Amino acid sequence: MSDDTQSPSRRSLIKTMMFVPIGAAAATGVVRALQPATAADANAPEGKPNTYTPAFFNQTEWKFLSAAVDRLIPHDEHGPGAIELGVLEFLDRHMQTPYAAGDIWYMQGPYVSAKPEFGYQGKLPLRDILRVGIKNVDGYCASQFGGKAFADLDRKQQEEILKGCEGGKLKLEDISAKLFFTNLLNETRNGYFADPKHGGNKDMGAWKMIGYPGMRADYLDWVEVRDKPYPIGPVDLAGRRG
Amino acid sequence: MIMTIVKNKVDAVIVGMGWTGAIMAKELTDAGLNVVCLERGPDRDTQPDFAYPRVVDELEGSVHRKYLQSLNKETVTIRHGVNDAAVPYRQMGSFKPGTGVGGAGSHWSGCHFRALPEDFKVRSNIEQRYGKKFIPKEMTIQDFPVTYEELEPHFDHFEYVCGTSGKAGVINGKVVEGGNPFEGSRAREFALPPNPNYLGGELFYKAAREMGYHPYPIPASNASGPYVNPYGCQMGPCNFCGFCSDYGCLNYSKASPNACILPVLRGRKGFELRTLAQVMKVNLTADKKKATGVTYLDAQGRETEQPADIVLLCAFSLFNVHLMLLSGIGVPYDPVSNTGTIGRNYSYQNLNRVSLFFDETVQANQFMGIGGGGTTIDDLNGNRNDSAKTGFIGGGIVWARQPGGGPVRGIATAPGVPNWGSGWKKGVKEAFRHSFYYEVQGSCMAYQDAYLSLDPTYKDAFGRPLLRMTFDWHDNEIKASQYLVEKASDMCKVLGPKAIKGDAKKDGDHYNVTQYQSTHTCGGAIMGSDPKTSALNRYLQSWDVSNVFAPGANAFPQNNGYNPTGMVGALTYWCAKAVRELYLKNPGPLVQA
Repeated sequence: MSDDTQSPSRRSLIKTMMFVPIGAAAATGVVRALQPATAADANAPEGKPNTYTPAFFNQTEWKFLSAAVDRLIPHDEHGPGAIELGVLEFLDRHMQTPYAAGDIWYMQGPYVSAKPEFGYQGKLPLRDILRVGIKNVDGYCASQFGGKAFADLDRKQQEEILKGCEGGKLKLEDISAKLFFTNLLNETRNGYFADPKHGGNKDMGAWKMIGYPGMRADYLDWVEVRDKPYPIGPVDLAGRRG
Repeated sequence: MIMTIVKNKVDAVIVGMGWTGAIMAKELTDAGLNVVCLERGPDRDTQPDFAYPRVVDELEGSVHRKYLQSLNKETVTIRHGVNDAAVPYRQMGSFKPGTGVGGAGSHWSGCHFRALPEDFKVRSNIEQRYGKKFIPKEMTIQDFPVTYEELEPHFDHFEYVCGTSGKAGVINGKVVEGGNPFEGSRAREFALPPNPNYLGGELFYKAAREMGYHPYPIPASNASGPYVNPYGCQMGPCNFCGFCSDYGCLNYSKASPNACILPVLRGRKGFELRTLAQVMKVNLTADKKKATGVTYLDAQGRETEQPADIVLLCAFSLFNVHLMLLSGIGVPYDPVSNTGTIGRNYSYQNLNRVSLFFDETVQANQFMGIGGGGTTIDDLNGNRNDSAKTGFIGGGIVWARQPGGGPVRGIATAPGVPNWGSGWKKGVKEAFRHSFYYEVQGSCMAYQDAYLSLDPTYKDAFGRPLLRMTFDWHDNEIKASQYLVEKASDMCKVLGPKAIKGDAKKDGDHYNVTQYQSTHTCGGAIMGSDPKTSALNRYLQSWDVSNVFAPGANAFPQNNGYNPTGMVGALTYWCAKAVRELYLKNPGPLVQA
C-alpha cells in the first residue's frame, strides 16, 4: 500500500502523531493503534494508556520499550506499573539530555575490554546503549521466533529473553546483552521513581506504593517516633501533594 | 603564537576551593597576605545552588551527579597490579570527587572523627606490640610525623568551625560517660550535643551493649541546634531531610566551606576567588627548587599565569598528586625499586555493609536521614584489635548510619528478591520503610604496589596524561573485612531481623570500581620524617620545592578506620600555623632534609 492509497483516517493519524506537541493529550491511543493487533494487544498493560509522543525513539524502539518496561515493572496487586506511570515518556525525554549523550562520562579512547570490576569500557553513551541494544534484541528475536519482534512475543517469551539478557546468557551481535539490560533496568527504575517533573512517576504513584514522602525533606519531628507509620503523603518538586 | 596572560604576583595562590583551600585562605588572609584562589568548577552557595526544593532532585543529584566532578574532563585510570594496563574510570562508582566552590566538602555526609593517638604511629606501635617481623615486607606503613597531642588544638578548632555535634568520651584525660572511652583526650566537649537518633541508630545501642561494646554517637558536622561558629557564620538545626551525600545542604546545617568559612572570605580585602579556572601545572624555577606560581586556563580557556610566592595545593587528594607529577615536583615513586616519593603509599577505605530487614511493624523510615549522625563503636579499632589474634593490622569501626535514602538512589532488598517484575515490587515495598543497615569502616594499610603515577596512554580534556591508580585489596584487608563483618553480623542477630545481608570481601576478591564504597582516597603525597620515603615534611611542605604546601588526605601515610575530613581539617590548620608562624618569618625548608 503506497502513501497515496492510504485511508484518510490513517493519514491524518500519522500526521497527528508527527505534529502534536510533546506531551499533548491529542495523541491518545496512537501508540496502541500503530501496533499490530496480535500479541501486543493481548499484552496490553492495565491502567491508563500512554499519551506521550516520542521525539527520540522511533516506532520500532517505542514498541520494544512499551513491552519491555511493562515486563520489568508490571501493573499488579502491589501497585502501578511502568506504563501507566509514564516511564516511556521519561525514557524518551531522558535520552535527549546531555547525560544520556555521555556528558559526565569519560568518553575518550582507546576502548579496550577489561574485567567487569573496572566498569563500563565501551564507547557508546547511554542513549546508544539503549538503541543498539533494542535493535539487537529485536534482531535476536526475529532469528529465533520466525521474524517476530520482541514486542510480538507472548509475555512468557519476553520474560525469558529479558532473563537471558540479565544473566548474560544471550549473545548479541553489537553489544553485551547484560550491559544493555542493566542500563534499561536502571533507566526504567529511574523513570518509575524520579520526580514527576522528569516525565515518569505520574501522580507520584511509585512513591505512594513504597510510602516515600517524596521531596518533603523535613523530618525532625518524626525521627524519634517508633510506634506509628509516617503519616503524611508525598509532595513533589512542583509542590503538588499526592 | 599563544599569548599567555600574566597576572600580577600575589603572596599565595591556592589551587582548589574545598575545605583545605577555604581554611588556608582564611588563615593566610588573617595574616595579611594577598591570596588568589583558583577553582576549576563553578561558584556555589546555599542560595541559589543548594536551595529547596531544586537541590533535592534525586535524578539530578545522584544520577546526573550535578554537584560532583564530571569525568569527561578529568578522571583517573585504574589497574590492579603493576604489570597490568590501566583503563579509565569512565563512570562514577567507587569514589566521588567533587568540584566547584566547596568541593567534596559541600557534598560530604558530615561524619567528623579525630584519628586515634595510635593511628599516628601505626608502624612503631605494631613493632612495639608484636615485633618488627610482624609487619609484612610489602606493607609500607609509616608513622605520621606529628602526634595526636600536637594536632589536638586543631582538631578542636575545626570541630568548632563545623558545629560538630557529639559526645566527648575523654576530656583532659578523664573518661566521660556516653562518649568514646578509647578516644584521644579532648580539651573540651563538642560544639553541640548529639543529634536525635533514628531507629537503627537507637537499636545499635542495644545490640552493641549486648555484645559488651561501648557505643557512642558518631560525631556529626550536621548541627543539632542553632549555632554560630567562631567566624560568626550561622548554622541551623539539621532537619533530617535525607539529602547529605551527593548534595549541598539546603538548611545551613551540614558544615561546608560554603556555609562555615566562605561567608567571611567573600568580599574580604586580600582575597580573590576565580572560578572555572583550571590549573594545569605548578611552574618551577630551572633547578626545580622553587615554585614561581601556576599556569591555568581561565573561564574563557585562555592560558594564564599567576605568579606567587607560595603555592598551596588544595585540590582533592588525587588531583594534588596529579599536579605534583605533572609539574615535576619531587621524584615519582617507582614500585619496583621502592624509591621516589610522589605517588607513594596510595590507600583507601575498607567499607562493608550489613543490611537488616524487618517486618512492617518496624518503622525504620530510611528516607529520613542525617549524613554524619548515628551510633558507632570503637571496640574493634586501634589498639583494641589484637593483631596477633585476628591476624590483621589495623582495625575499624562498626556504625549505624542513615544518611537518607530515596528510591532513585536504590532500595536494598532482602536476599532472594528478584531485580524486576512483581517480585521486585513486593520486595522494595517491604524493604523501603522497614530496613536499615550497619556498616564496617575499616582501615587500609599502604603497600609497595599501591601507588599513583601518570598514565602512559589516556589523556584528560586538556591533553595531559591522566593520573593512574594502581590498587587492589591485600590479604590483610580481606581478613579484616571478614572479621569485622562477622562481628557486625553477630550484633545484628541480637535484633532478630527477618533477614540479614552482608557483603564481606571474599578471599581473592579484587577492587571493584563500579560499586560506591567511599570517597576516602588517601596518600600519594604523604607526610613523613624522611625525604626519601615521603613527599611532604611534618608541616605538609614539599621536601623538594619549599614554597609548595599540599594539605589534604594525600598526606596520610595509610588510612585509619575513620572518615578523613576531621583529620584533613586539623592537618590544614596545623599547616597554616606553620606557614604563618614559621615560614613567613624565614621562607625556606621548615625541616632540614
